[in-house]
Amino acid sequence: MDVVWFLVLSAFIFVIGAAGVIVRRDPLVILLCLELMLNAGNLALIAFARMHGGQAGQVFALIVMVIAACEVVIGLGIIVAMYRNRLQIDVDEMTELRG
Amino acid sequence: MWFEQVLFFIAGAGALAGALGVVLLRNPFYCVLALVVHLVTLAVLFLLLQAAFLAAAQVVVYAGAVMVLYIFVVAYIGGRDEAMRPDESLITSFGPLFAVAIGVELCFALIGSGLEALDTRGADVGAGFGSPGQIGSLLLRRFLVPFEAASYLLLVAAVGAVVLARRRRGIEEEPPAPGREPAPAETLEVRV
Repeated sequence: MDVVWFLVLSAFIFVIGAAGVIVRRDPLVILLCLELMLNAGNLALIAFARMHGGQAGQVFALIVMVIAACEVVIGLGIIVAMYRNRLQIDVDEMTELRG
Repeated sequence: MWFEQVLFFIAGAGALAGALGVVLLRNPFYCVLALVVHLVTLAVLFLLLQAAFLAAAQVVVYAGAVMVLYIFVVAYIGGRDEAMRPDESLITSFGPLFAVAIGVELCFALIGSGLEALDTRGADVGAGFGSPGQIGSLLLRRFLVPFEAASYLLLVAAVGAVVLARRRRGIEEEPPAPGREPAPAETLEVRV
């Protein structure tokens, strides 16, 4: 397969994730859509690593996976804290940073 | 290599379907399951790009561990169906338009890029390309500092999650008074 096919697929996945982040309101689903965008970036990184024949892109994708795991953990912690404080789980209702 | 192409289109269709499922399904639980499908098919694509270690890490770490975390939180907060937006706000109608604009821009970038290697299968690589051994040796030699930084980042994130989600009112529960008999925990009434 040509490398450009993987890049086109990665662009489509990124666009779907971006649309989800904009449209959805549940913060949990927004986190899932962020995962989609990060994974699209990973696919592009690995495709470019294959194109150049170097493995630095794969290591970079691994670091991106670590960042994504950190983001998931912190995001889910915030959602659980919102639930504990009986706030509405809806990003449109969350207009204050004050806990 | 028709087998490779068939595999690419099957996995690509699966990845796109999973991504669309995440965005379009209403129940958060089904969204998480759609993301699992997406991640597994993406691991197949990684294998097509000769990234064996990353494909394994994707399945084990992402589809295994991170998704279990999501499932736990959905079960904890009780995943309800997202109610339809009562007022058609501006962002709902213009959001997909923004996304399409990003997509058009990315397609322009792909078409207009001067990279000639895009239309090839990529550079010739050896058999061990992307294997755990090679990635591990890169992580421990050339990319040692980012590797250590990533491990510290994970540690900080774990501590931060515990601080965020701990039960703040747990200390205020009063211990039983010394004069009174504490309620025996063993008496478990079974009502039919």
